[in-house]
Amino acid sequence: MKIAVCVKQVPDTWAEKKLRSDDSTLDRESADGVMNELDEYAVEEALQIAEANSGEVTIVTMGPDRAAETVRKALSMGADAGIHLVDDSLHGSDAIATSYALAKVLEGRGFDLIIFGSESTDARMSVVPAMVAERLGIAQLTFAQKVSVAGSTVTIERATDYGYDTVEASTPAVISVVEKINEPRYPSFKGIMAAKKKPVESLGAGDAGIDGGQIGLSAAWSGVNDFAVRPPKAAGTVVTDEAGDGGVKIAEFLSAQKFI
Amino acid sequence: MAEVLVLVEQLDGSVKKVTSELLTLARSLGEPAAVWVGGGLDDAAAASLAEFGAATIYVADGAELSDFAVAPKAEVLAQLVAEKSPAAVLIASNAEGKEVAGRLAVKANSGVITDAVAVDSGLIATQSVFGGSTVVHSKVTKGTPIITVRPNSVAPEASAGASTKVPVTVALSDSAKKAKVTGRTVAAKGGRPELTEAAIVVSGGRGVGAAEGFGVIESLADSLGAAVGASRAATDAGWYPHQYQVGQTGKTVSPQLYIANGISGAIQHRAGMQTSKTIVVVNKDAEAPMFELADYGVVGDLFNVVPQLTEEIKKRTS
Ligand SMILES: Cc1cc2nc3c(=O)[nH]c(=O)nc-3n(C[C@H](O)[C@H](O)[C@H](O)COP(=O)(O)OP(=O)(O)OC[C@H]3O[C@@H](n4cnc5c(N)ncnc54)[C@H](O)[C@@H]3O)c2cc1C
Ligand SMILES: Nc1ncnc2c1ncn2[C@@H]1O[C@H](COP(=O)(O)O)[C@@H](O)[C@H]1O
Repeated sequence: MKIAVCVKQVPDTWAEKKLRSDDSTLDRESADGVMNELDEYAVEEALQIAEANSGEVTIVTMGPDRAAETVRKALSMGADAGIHLVDDSLHGSDAIATSYALAKVLEGRGFDLIIFGSESTDARMSVVPAMVAERLGIAQLTFAQKVSVAGSTVTIERATDYGYDTVEASTPAVISVVEKINEPRYPSFKGIMAAKKKPVESLGAGDAGIDGGQIGLSAAWSGVNDFAVRPPKAAGTVVTDEAGDGGVKIAEFLSAQKFI
Repeated sequence: MAEVLVLVEQLDGSVKKVTSELLTLARSLGEPAAVWVGGGLDDAAAASLAEFGAATIYVADGAELSDFAVAPKAEVLAQLVAEKSPAAVLIASNAEGKEVAGRLAVKANSGVITDAVAVDSGLIATQSVFGGSTVVHSKVTKGTPIITVRPNSVAPEASAGASTKVPVTVALSDSAKKAKVTGRTVAAKGGRPELTEAAIVVSGGRGVGAAEGFGVIESLADSLGAAVGASRAATDAGWYPHQYQVGQTGKTVSPQLYIANGISGAIQHRAGMQTSKTIVVVNKDAEAPMFELADYGVVGDLFNVVPQLTEEIKKRTS
């Protein structure tokens, strides 16, 4: 079974994120890059499926040079190979362009499963997996809290607001996973050493057959008109419960605000 | 006036509040047309769409439409976009809504904006990003603007519409029939409003100490008709079910009132609740970062403060 996992390098969750003043894109230089935390669950799920079905796991990322670190991290967790799509012309690509570029890289390589995280912690759109499924014309099994593979049939529990749906499809399929699905492993020392020797294919946009008119900031389907950093919220009233009347005080506040 | 399509959110035939919000918003952008996908459109559902101004209800109720996940809704909307050239398409910003919007954007070769908290008459969307620290105005520049709007962003206002039903027949493509829904499991939710739609959310964190501790959180929530939320520390510990987690990797909520109890206010938690209109904080540590967001805060033990608050609310509302 051939499995691809799409991972994204994002600014460290703990870092303060900001937009660039020149082109309103995310300032990726000012913060450390880490693997999108939700993609770690995707890598883990792929490794577990591969272990149970004698599969092979390929990591796919689109991002600047240093996104290669994220591919290495996934390889050190145990994935077999990597593909890094890197090209200056991709800078500023929106979700539509990203899904187009990823689909171009993925198509024709015979992947049975293509696994994603359910959301990138920087863009927070949760749309790329659905868009890639749409573009490839294959099944979309997203927001999985459980994945079962039996031969060419894949069944997931799709997390919903009310509980979950059971959704079934035949391979090839796109899967995205939510964080409660598993506990991602840490790379072992042996894994880190082994990862250094694993193959990573570096592709430019042209190598992947990507039409330059469909990617980057100039092709974007939507644009930022302006943005502003919101001033920190004015300090509210904070009281202590020393007199043991904290609950009554909140009730008075809620009543003044017409909540009760 | 050009039409503005609104994808109806419904569960078992009852229309959700967010649809009334989107119809209200659509009225300020053009002529609202509700799009109903699947079976179950009865008179009560049609009446609630009429109440909030739907001039038209496009009804796609083919038997197959509910059998498959996500893709059929995008196909129905893509067909309507091609036939009616609407000014915009509005969809609720939840997990499924965003996916429908994404697939529709690819099909209709149109731009998509997710998580808008406002849309003005020039179709410029306002988003609040990076945990609420930055406000962005953006606009779709190609095709038909497809915008997903967060629940609770617009106050629903009634204004009667004709709600003329127009049947829509869609022949689903093969690729839309690849992910078959074979079962639906509804978790017991005990009559509280849904977390992302609730006007008031009462949350508990590690400070609640144990699963049993959530009893005081639930009692407070019930006294206010609120939903219950939890921090990741509380859901990871198994004290409260995962689907109630608020934050970066949980639900994003934007209620009128958010009451955080025993939650320190880590950036990942704040990312999911920072746009709440009014924030009340109870924490025994005066240094907890959550107090930075508080409109009103009490430094104290939640097991004293919260039950007293619940009693006081009951007294004042009975
Ligand atoms: C990538 C990533 C994603 C994450 N996503 C989320 C997310 O979606 N949602 C989320 O919530 N977290 C998320 N986290 C975790 C987050 O960083 C924090 O660890 C978590 O929010 C802490 O939860 P807490 O505030 O309940 O616990 P703590 O930080 O342990 O705070 C507990 C608070 O309770 C107070 N307290 C204790 N006892 C009492 C008492 N009796 N009365 C009053 N106060 C009391 C303490 O003073 C303390 O301030 C994420 C982390 C990462 C790395
Ligand atoms: N540049 C990228 N390279 C590889 N995978 C990506 C990229 N952007 C998004 N993804 C994948 O798509 C998922 C959802 O991202 P998003 O739609 O941006 O929230 C992520 O968890 C990744 O698995």
